[in-house]
Amino acid sequence: MAKQYEFSARGLPYLLVLPQMIVVFLFFFWPAAQAMWQSLFIQDAFGLSLTFVGMENYAKLFQDPLYLDSLVRSFVYAGFVALIAMSVALFLAVQANRRIRGALFYKTMLVWPYAVATLVAGVLWMFMFNPNIGVLSYLLFKRFGVEWNYLLNGSQAFLLVTLAASWKQISYNFVFFVAGLQNVPASLVEASAIDGAGPGKRFWRIVFPLLSPTTFYLLVMNLVYAFFETFPIIHQVTQGGPGQATTMLVYKVYRDGVFNLDLGSSSAQSVVLMALVISLTILQFRFVERRVTY
Amino acid sequence: MRKALVLALLSLAAVGLFAQPVSVEFWHSMGGKNGEITAAICEKFNASQSDFKVTAVFKGSYPDTMNAGIAAFRAGSPPAILQVFEVGTATMMAAKGAIKPVYQLMAEQGEKFDPKAYIPTITSYYSTAKGEMLSLPYNSSTAVFYYNKDAFRKAGLNPDKPPATWPELFEAARKLKSAGYEYGLTTNWISWIQLENFCAWHNIPYGTRSNGFEGFDTQFVINSELPVRHFTNIYNLSKEKVFVYGGRENKANSLFTSGQVPIHFESIGGYGNMKAACKFDFGVARLPYYPDVPGAPQNSCIGGASLWVMGKKSREEYKAVAKFFTFLSSPEIQALWHQQTGYLPITRAAYELTKKQGFYNENPGPEVAILQLLNKPPTPNSMGIRFGFMPQIREIIDEEWEAILADKKTPQQGLDDMVRRGNEKLREFERINK
Repeated sequence: MAKQYEFSARGLPYLLVLPQMIVVFLFFFWPAAQAMWQSLFIQDAFGLSLTFVGMENYAKLFQDPLYLDSLVRSFVYAGFVALIAMSVALFLAVQANRRIRGALFYKTMLVWPYAVATLVAGVLWMFMFNPNIGVLSYLLFKRFGVEWNYLLNGSQAFLLVTLAASWKQISYNFVFFVAGLQNVPASLVEASAIDGAGPGKRFWRIVFPLLSPTTFYLLVMNLVYAFFETFPIIHQVTQGGPGQATTMLVYKVYRDGVFNLDLGSSSAQSVVLMALVISLTILQFRFVERRVTY
Repeated sequence: MRKALVLALLSLAAVGLFAQPVSVEFWHSMGGKNGEITAAICEKFNASQSDFKVTAVFKGSYPDTMNAGIAAFRAGSPPAILQVFEVGTATMMAAKGAIKPVYQLMAEQGEKFDPKAYIPTITSYYSTAKGEMLSLPYNSSTAVFYYNKDAFRKAGLNPDKPPATWPELFEAARKLKSAGYEYGLTTNWISWIQLENFCAWHNIPYGTRSNGFEGFDTQFVINSELPVRHFTNIYNLSKEKVFVYGGRENKANSLFTSGQVPIHFESIGGYGNMKAACKFDFGVARLPYYPDVPGAPQNSCIGGASLWVMGKKSREEYKAVAKFFTFLSSPEIQALWHQQTGYLPITRAAYELTKKQGFYNENPGPEVAILQLLNKPPTPNSMGIRFGFMPQIREIIDEEWEAILADKKTPQQGLDDMVRRGNEKLREFERINK
């Protein structure tokens, strides 16, 4: 049994968590509550006229086929970003965790992209894949005959922002996976090797299950990242185009709210997004976490 | 220690003896060099008299500045002067009580103010249908096309006689492609150049109710014969690989500056960048027109931003703003602004002064743009546009335009959908601003 520590003064624990609670309240709960409140109204940018419309902003969203498309697209996008960013990171982490010459060097290099600002990452990818002046699009055409033009080809644009967003997140995942791998007891791996398990079996039967807490944590974080934090990449690379091929929910919230000052609709959109991510997280804790061995 | 204290007290007393100048803030989005020039102009104003002080504050991009101004207004302490991009005009204008129209401000303060001194196509964009100026134009530009003179020579075209009409331009673009260029022609800003300016230049309406100047109950009419014909022509050129799409906003610039595409539509505001980036001889020409359209060419319309005076300020603060606006409109300051930033001067006097100073001998590009604005006095079709939710509408236009080029829609369908989706936005804006 773990030892229980008790505070002698009743109020002290509350006092100690108070600063954190204030921050959470001010920067998370208060704006979220405001968004929920605002989503029930239509109003002009300056707040001079305020009309209560109930659920109309929401109704309009769900009647809009373009919004529903963007909803589905965002899920596919988040799924791919999480999948790519995590599997590549896991692969690299496993490789870097082996006893190889210069492991420290690899690890350091692999962490670096995390220091790149999301917007800058967008610029890098945009230049590499620019259909007219990009190095890689030139190579794609010359070597593989691929007509690369993400400015007009929606699937290519989607692929590009997915890759760029994944690339940006690989380092983050990598750090956690390396740390997780270092916690896997070498004795277990050795024992299974002695019992005759090959490298593949050792990984999937021993290492991967022991990594599951890390993997689960990263899954939650990566989905949140893809839903909320990748809009600078979209903003820089495609601005949601061509057509609406890369218009994700969070980007639409930003465009409608900040550029267009359509506060009612963008509040409703942000509430929908928030509800989606909250329910997704709850689902993960209910169903995926059961399979996690701590 | 004691000495310091005495000194401090003395200096406090000294400040008290002289009346403090009335201080107002000017929030803007002019980054880099243009920001430095903006600050320098405020400094000049502050040095020119001792009663008022204008402080320029950089607030980030256009939407950032506008949002900051709105948030400050909602919190009860807006800046006296707020720079707002042209597509935010309808939103600002609808906010009665949050803003003070410039014509009112100037009249109340008894400031000498002659609207006729300004270039009409520039001020009309920010005026009511009756010609009352709501905000003071600050940085204005218009659309022109840039062409690579070296490429023209190579293709056997006359570099000193750029194409004047669209059919001529398409022909030139085809010749350039046959001369070995990957593409002949590209453009930035589809909505602003190929629709807003296109309609003004051909004197055809963009929307009903004088392009929205007479009320928010306006509808788009850009699916008429001429825009459809124009979009079809460009679509056909893109199939021939003579036209190439470079992306939204100003993303197509690199196609021109790298020498790949010899004809490029872009703002005159980009003239300085072009001069710095192009390693070849280039020229600036006015927008082409379709010769069968009666009255074309009319005049082009502007883009950029203007200065709005915010409401709920004191009388002294308004006095300061009025004096500053008069100072800002003076030929010397306008000529300086025009010559150093590449934006257009807002008064005729500043244009004449710049001309007299010989600036256009070295820089012929900006004069092309000014003459294009002054080509004819503006009509209700060419004063500009006044539509709410314009940023979103421009985005809709980008989306539909991309659908046309990607063969998902015909030009007619694409323009019909722009009108339909755009009208939905207009109705929402009308409802919010009842």
